[in-house]
Amino acid sequence: MPVMTIAKAINAGLRAALKDSPATLLMGEDIGALGGVYRVTEGLKAEFGADRVVDTPLGESGIIGTAIGLALRGYRPVCEIQFDGFVFPGFNQITTQLAKMHARSDGMLRVPVVIRIPYGGGIGSVEHHSESPEALFAHTAGLRIITPSNPQDAYWMIQQAIDCDDPVIVFEPKRRYWLKGEVDLTTPPGNPFTAHVLRAGTDATLVAYGPLVPVALAAANAAAEDGTSVEVIDLRSVSPMDFDTVTASVQKTGRLIIAHEAPTFGGIGGELAARVSERAFLSLQAPVMRVGGFHLPYPVARMEDHYLPDIDRILESLDRALAY
Amino acid sequence: MDVARSTAAGLEPGRAPGAVTGSRRDQPAMVQLLTEDGHLVPDDRFSDFAPHPEIYPSLYRDMFLIRRFDQESTALQRQGQLALWVPLTGQEAAQIGSGRAMQAADYAFPTYREHGVALTRGVDLPDILRLFRGTTNGGWDPREHNFQLYTLVLAAQTLHAVGYAMGIQRDRATDPGAEAAATVAYFGDGASSEGDVHEAMVFAASFNAPVVFFCQNNHWAISVPSEVQTRVPLSERAAGYGFPGIRVDGNDILAVNAVTAWALDHARRGNGPVLIEAFTYRMSAHTTADDPTKYRASAEEESWAPRDPLRRLESHLRATGIPDSFFTDLEGEATEQAGRLRKAVLAMEAPDLSHRFGTAYAEPHPLVQEELRQWQDYEAGFVPADEGGK
Ligand SMILES: Cc1ncc(C[n+]2csc(CCOP(=O)(O)OP(=O)(O)O)c2C)c(N)n1
Repeated sequence: MPVMTIAKAINAGLRAALKDSPATLLMGEDIGALGGVYRVTEGLKAEFGADRVVDTPLGESGIIGTAIGLALRGYRPVCEIQFDGFVFPGFNQITTQLAKMHARSDGMLRVPVVIRIPYGGGIGSVEHHSESPEALFAHTAGLRIITPSNPQDAYWMIQQAIDCDDPVIVFEPKRRYWLKGEVDLTTPPGNPFTAHVLRAGTDATLVAYGPLVPVALAAANAAAEDGTSVEVIDLRSVSPMDFDTVTASVQKTGRLIIAHEAPTFGGIGGELAARVSERAFLSLQAPVMRVGGFHLPYPVARMEDHYLPDIDRILESLDRALAY
Repeated sequence: MDVARSTAAGLEPGRAPGAVTGSRRDQPAMVQLLTEDGHLVPDDRFSDFAPHPEIYPSLYRDMFLIRRFDQESTALQRQGQLALWVPLTGQEAAQIGSGRAMQAADYAFPTYREHGVALTRGVDLPDILRLFRGTTNGGWDPREHNFQLYTLVLAAQTLHAVGYAMGIQRDRATDPGAEAAATVAYFGDGASSEGDVHEAMVFAASFNAPVVFFCQNNHWAISVPSEVQTRVPLSERAAGYGFPGIRVDGNDILAVNAVTAWALDHARRGNGPVLIEAFTYRMSAHTTADDPTKYRASAEEESWAPRDPLRRLESHLRATGIPDSFFTDLEGEATEQAGRLRKAVLAMEAPDLSHRFGTAYAEPHPLVQEELRQWQDYEAGFVPADEGGK
């Protein structure tokens, strides 16, 4: 099995999708000759031409709005938003149009548009280049939101997103673009909208997704050295959320800790905590703990280490949960 | 702020026929083929695209029927049968004229007032009222009519029109035998200020997409006059994007039809987008929730009355010897249509909520399925009325 980075795996997944169907096309700012600011689309324009890998004018509403029109005509556009903080000029098209077209048309119209958004912090960047806005989209019915944390998922999930008849937002953990791993190019994993148990454990369940998955695994390793057995789940899909897998784990471990980079308040962790409390209240031996960003605008780069959940903050939550 | 009420001054029919732009201080020349008193006037550039006199009666018929539909819908709203109504009176020529210029393969993207265009696309008129009755957010199959559903978010659909046009362009590039087609993006003078219209025009120009931007400048965005939206005539904005902009007398159905036919032909031939500004006037309220007496003078409304699009074509038809029976028959047809409309609306019932659970997503969604089950269980918990429940 080849070893590749997440960025290369997405590139390979996009290449496979472009080869697979002439209906697929990529569109975004600087995705052609440059290959995108993160080089995720590198080489694709040379291979498939400027009509399949389209450098658009600079306008996020324009990119998403025209992608909707193309989808209505039978195409499967994959839009790249350059950075997380720049999706907001396109927010209106995503939430009022893209998400609602199927429902508004009583199921007659399908808009299989994919929106790729490099997201999250940890790269020492400037304002609007490090945000995690997934909860803002998860709150809107009609959208699906996935976030790969390893090259294998990255390769397959982008293709599964393109195959899906619903609009899918793929949040790509930009600080993990260079994370390497094996990719099985022949066997797709199952349903992309499910969570994966990455590490079995008995004392607590630790859920993370996207950029925090490696942090969660490292925290579980550190806990193991202290004799605590932590089960780690990669959520993979933010919407729909795989409550079944998490609930089953909590029924076994009795404790739940959720870590994400986005602000804790109103975040994905709160939703998961509430649902698991409803479903497995009697299995819980401690309140559900959340580790996330503060209720602050994303801080400047020199302070982001204090803002982003790290191993120690996760372990501190674990200790609090174990103390009950 | 001194908001000049330049609406009357803007109407300078026949000045410099065929010119498509004007100087900044003057209003641009407006294409006109039928004067207010019903006389035909030639136009160097657009007469060739004018409708054949044989179809004038059917153009009039469409305008007449849609005006009556508008009146009936207003009445239905007043009687509490509709949540809201968005009238089009005054804009019949702009809508029927442009809609009738489209061919079957062309695709229209309306806002929420384009009932006349809907008629020309074969949408069953009562279906338009499903949205306003509150039984669906759609009402018809857009693919059957090549007429997209209404959206209440202004200007959002202008980008969909451009994207769809880009799709047509791609289809034709891979299959040169594919039928040439174009899209029409409808929006108002108020919506022209939305950022999406700007992006739509930039994208359309950059990709040379076969799209016609059709702006109905009815002079008001609810209570705000068009002067607040723009310092230059809207048609002149096209020049900034690098494609033709044309102001047409929006109350002259022959001119609207000719200019739109020209623009669609231009787009279908691969020459790129066109902006048409139909210079017209909203005679009635913005919606049934609006009160125009609060913001505009009745003198302004009166100044537009003689330019009524129906009266203008009617004078012409009568002058050319159309018998009275044509008009009385039409009256009868409209009355019959009204009866059918009323019956259809009263019969419109909302589908069961489970229908909504079925349409939020195209593919199965575990959360929606779970919430549907919960809701059904909850509903099942009620004792039916005939078993002693309330
Ligand atoms: C994005 C957005 N902002 C505000 C509104 C509320 N609104 C509805 S109609 C309207 C005025 C529209 O005027 P115009 O574009 O000239 O079209 P008209 O209704 O006159 O045909 C406004 C402000 C809306 N529907 N969408």
